[in-house]
Amino acid sequence: MTSHTVCFVETGETLACTDDRSLLASMERLGRKGIPVGCRNGGCGVCKVRVIAGTCERRVMSRAHVSHDEERDGYALACRITPSSDLAVQVVGKMIRAFPERTGANAEKTGE
Amino acid sequence: MAMTGVLRPGHACIRVLDMKEATHFYGEVLGLIETGRDSFGRVYYRAWDEIEHNSIILREADSAGMDFMGFKVDSEASLDRLEADVRAYGIPTERIPAGDLLQTGERVRFQIPSGHQIELYAEKARLSTPQSGNNPPPWNPEAERGIAPIRFDHALLYGPDIEKVQDLFVNVLGFHTSEQIMLEDGKTQLAIFMACSSKAHDIAFVRHEEPAKLHHVSFYMESWEKVLRAADLMSMHKISIDMGPTRHGVTRGTTIYAFDPSGNRFETFAGVQSSYPDHETLTWTWDEVGTAVYYHDRQLNPAFLGVVT
Ligand code: FES
Ligand SMILES: [Fe+2]
Repeated sequence: MTSHTVCFVETGETLACTDDRSLLASMERLGRKGIPVGCRNGGCGVCKVRVIAGTCERRVMSRAHVSHDEERDGYALACRITPSSDLAVQVVGKMIRAFPERTGANAEKTGE
Repeated sequence: MAMTGVLRPGHACIRVLDMKEATHFYGEVLGLIETGRDSFGRVYYRAWDEIEHNSIILREADSAGMDFMGFKVDSEASLDRLEADVRAYGIPTERIPAGDLLQTGERVRFQIPSGHQIELYAEKARLSTPQSGNNPPPWNPEAERGIAPIRFDHALLYGPDIEKVQDLFVNVLGFHTSEQIMLEDGKTQLAIFMACSSKAHDIAFVRHEEPAKLHHVSFYMESWEKVLRAADLMSMHKISIDMGPTRHGVTRGTTIYAFDPSGNRFETFAGVQSSYPDHETLTWTWDEVGTAVYYHDRQLNPAFLGVVT
């Protein structure tokens, strides 16, 4: 089992990721935050990232969330990639705000 | 009122990203019984206590989600009548020939205002199972294989225009609204729960901008203890768990939510209340919305509300 360092480019934070689980699973296992966690299985798209540098293994993920073009540009779902080198990533996924038409104080409490 | 017209949820076709992983999950972990595979590569399942050939159908695709959900109606005459009623209401319908789904008769399909494909059918092959026929035992070994739900029970779908969906289901398809959750303004519905039977719900909708989304398909368990057993099995098989075990305020269901290997949420639940057409619709107000969703946590969970396929 090899460990690689994943650097989140916006915050400069780093995460030690082993090559036996997905980037998202490594983050969750360490109790860390940064990438939104949804289905953990490549279907919902909330964990979307862009790999700026480095290489990773990719497993099948929903095309509804990562198109072929995006894939070429390094986009991926963090629950479906496993780092095979150190990585630099940008977090692009968002927890979809439930009931977006809502306004006011409660919207803040229950958003992301 | 005796049940006529639309009887129950009959099937849901779920998109999966990898059929091999999916069949391992649905067949071995969830413990559904595989009943067939068709020339399109779709795989068919039923739960151990279900009498018809299929209730869950898997289709390999490049995205997750639900293709369609079908309801059983009591006769061909009801199928014809409901088809005409839906058309007269202004929604186009299409007939899908018998045999398109294995062992299933003609289906009437239409798109509802939330973007989902809903079907009605009158005929599906009945299997001879240990639970059918004379003097049936209360259960059989399939009832202990994997999570082993009793039946496919309902689905919760996300999409726009849920008041239009409610009008269609209530005034054309004969459902009643058992419960609803209101938004802050006290007038707009966040969620509606509707039944064609005396169950707490046969289908439910949450208001959402993007059409045709699946929140979860749900499987009925015999007891709270079986829900806890399902939770144990989920961890034994490293299944991605979303929420629970806990209880809903709405429907009083005891429940746990998790994701299939393609990220489609499913529920295994037990012990909901019943609903009848003459009951008033139970209303959950915005100030208690947390309690409505999770009776013990009493707060909204962004992943549970926002993550859909
Ligand atoms: S968490 Fe759903 S796609 Fe990664
Ligand atoms: Fe449910």
